Amino acid sequence: MSVDTETVARIAALARIKLGDSELDAMVPELNAILGWVEQLGEVDVTGVEPMTAVIPNTLRLRDDVIDADPLTAGGRRDDVLANAPAEEHGFFGVPKVIE
Amino acid sequence: MADLTDLGVKAIRDGVAAGDFSAVEVAEAFNANVAAAGALNAYIVATPEAALDAAKATDAKRARGEDLGMMGGVPIGMKDLFATRGVQTSAASHILEGFLPEYESTVSQNLWDAGAGMLGKLNLDQFAMGSSNETSYFGNVVNPWRRNDGGNAALAPGGSSGGSSAAVAARLCPAATGTDTGGSIRQPAAFTGITGIKPTYGRCSRWGIVAFASSLDQAGPMARDVTDCAIMLEAMAGFDPKDATSLDMPVPQWEAGLSPDMKGKRVGVPREYRMDGMDADVASSWDQGIAWMKDAGAQIVDISLPHTKYALPAYYIVAPAEASSNLARYDGVRYGLRDLPDGAGLQDMYAATRAAGFGAEVKRRILIGTYVLSAGFYEAYYTQAQKVRTLISIDFRNAFESCDVILAPTAPTAAFALGEMTSDPLSMYLNDVFAVPASLAGLPAMSVPAGLNREGLPLGLQVIGNMFDEQGVLNAGLALEQAAGFAAKPDKWW
Repeated sequence: MSVDTETVARIAALARIKLGDSELDAMVPELNAILGWVEQLGEVDVTGVEPMTAVIPNTLRLRDDVIDADPLTAGGRRDDVLANAPAEEHGFFGVPKVIE
Repeated sequence: MADLTDLGVKAIRDGVAAGDFSAVEVAEAFNANVAAAGALNAYIVATPEAALDAAKATDAKRARGEDLGMMGGVPIGMKDLFATRGVQTSAASHILEGFLPEYESTVSQNLWDAGAGMLGKLNLDQFAMGSSNETSYFGNVVNPWRRNDGGNAALAPGGSSGGSSAAVAARLCPAATGTDTGGSIRQPAAFTGITGIKPTYGRCSRWGIVAFASSLDQAGPMARDVTDCAIMLEAMAGFDPKDATSLDMPVPQWEAGLSPDMKGKRVGVPREYRMDGMDADVASSWDQGIAWMKDAGAQIVDISLPHTKYALPAYYIVAPAEASSNLARYDGVRYGLRDLPDGAGLQDMYAATRAAGFGAEVKRRILIGTYVLSAGFYEAYYTQAQKVRTLISIDFRNAFESCDVILAPTAPTAAFALGEMTSDPLSMYLNDVFAVPASLAGLPAMSVPAGLNREGLPLGLQVIGNMFDEQGVLNAGLALEQAAGFAAKPDKWW
């Protein structure tokens, strides 16, 4: 499978990355070289093989079902959460208008 | 007094504890080296005050007769992928430039708790994506080593932990943290004549490490020798309830367990790693390593890892797929860069922010990842790659039926020149051919300097162990280290 300019423009839109025309044109052959190379995986017989989900056997844990179990992610941290916001307004993240 | 910056972790820790010198003297000596090494561009941010504060705390503890900790008095470099409270954590990207975390990563906190101090934040490939440290927004790191041809070409320090490798090799820190997703500790260690170990996936908490590919990312130490790596890994590792994939197992006493005796050990040599057109010096260094293992008492076993050639292509599906998902968080809303063109709406702001904030290699990988995860292609690419990953893991499981550790080269070449590989992303990816299989299988693996090639550049040998067997890896590494007697260091030109 290979990608054309239109496809790359579509995945760039999906990935929310604005690409100029020259960037798009440069990206097409690069992505095709990489995709052409990974295609060799199709040769591998994977009959009956499960896709890997956990590289090292492990079990998922549940934390204690209590309020503020981890003080770092508990309530009362508004200023910390907003400390790196590019546009903080009235204690909220500021964004451009999304509803007309 | 000898130059304190020639000392490694153990020598500093033990020397401070014995009162041979103070922790402040050590920190000052390294701070001075850091300040004078701008030409290497190894540090993005230097934190001499943090190093001094930690050293003063260690000296005060010693005056009070308290325990100084496993890393007491040792100043280290911190790869700028670890969140450090109040100190810029950029992942070498523009999008996180100026980001000051309100929290500390678990691994860095473990190191401070063990008595270490921070000399600064080390440069890396942007979001750890690269094998040469040429994708950093803050410029290339330059390898302190040069070829012996008098040409003085600037060489790559490897990547992604290129600031870490260059800094340790140039005596800008006795040790540094690294992270390894597909070779990012081992390959730069090999390129700079130092030692580095990636432990079993889950040994070191990923909490507070800027995420690249979560099923592969694993932190580890980079230092002058195997013993220093054992000490620092012991300080870094440990169960962390904040990381869902953290291993809930006690941390072994790796330093106390070190032994170079390989009697009764079986060392596997994977035939698929001996590739057509292999670099002659790399091949002979590998043969030398096999001979050293024999001399140390090991039995050499021919093993097969049949899916080796599929490891890299599988990696370049799995890692970008996870990266495209992980990096979705950089949206210009909560932290980091925001690019808001005049009159732009929210979607335009996302796209403009990410266009301005990510470098070319990061964009390339996000696009690959988005493509292989997109409707209609997921099965053919992503699911197939995850199945191949299972087969690679089974290859290793089968191999460890007949051997205890595996010996291979770390990288297919010595350090290459900056700019030599950047025109073709694919040829750059191939540099991780020997490193990626162990990453895909989550296994502990280390690189130890083996000698110099004909150009006077260091070459590394890689030891891969079974899951949880860091001790076996460290011990085989120690046997290689003692046999190699590698004492070369780069001539200072910076």
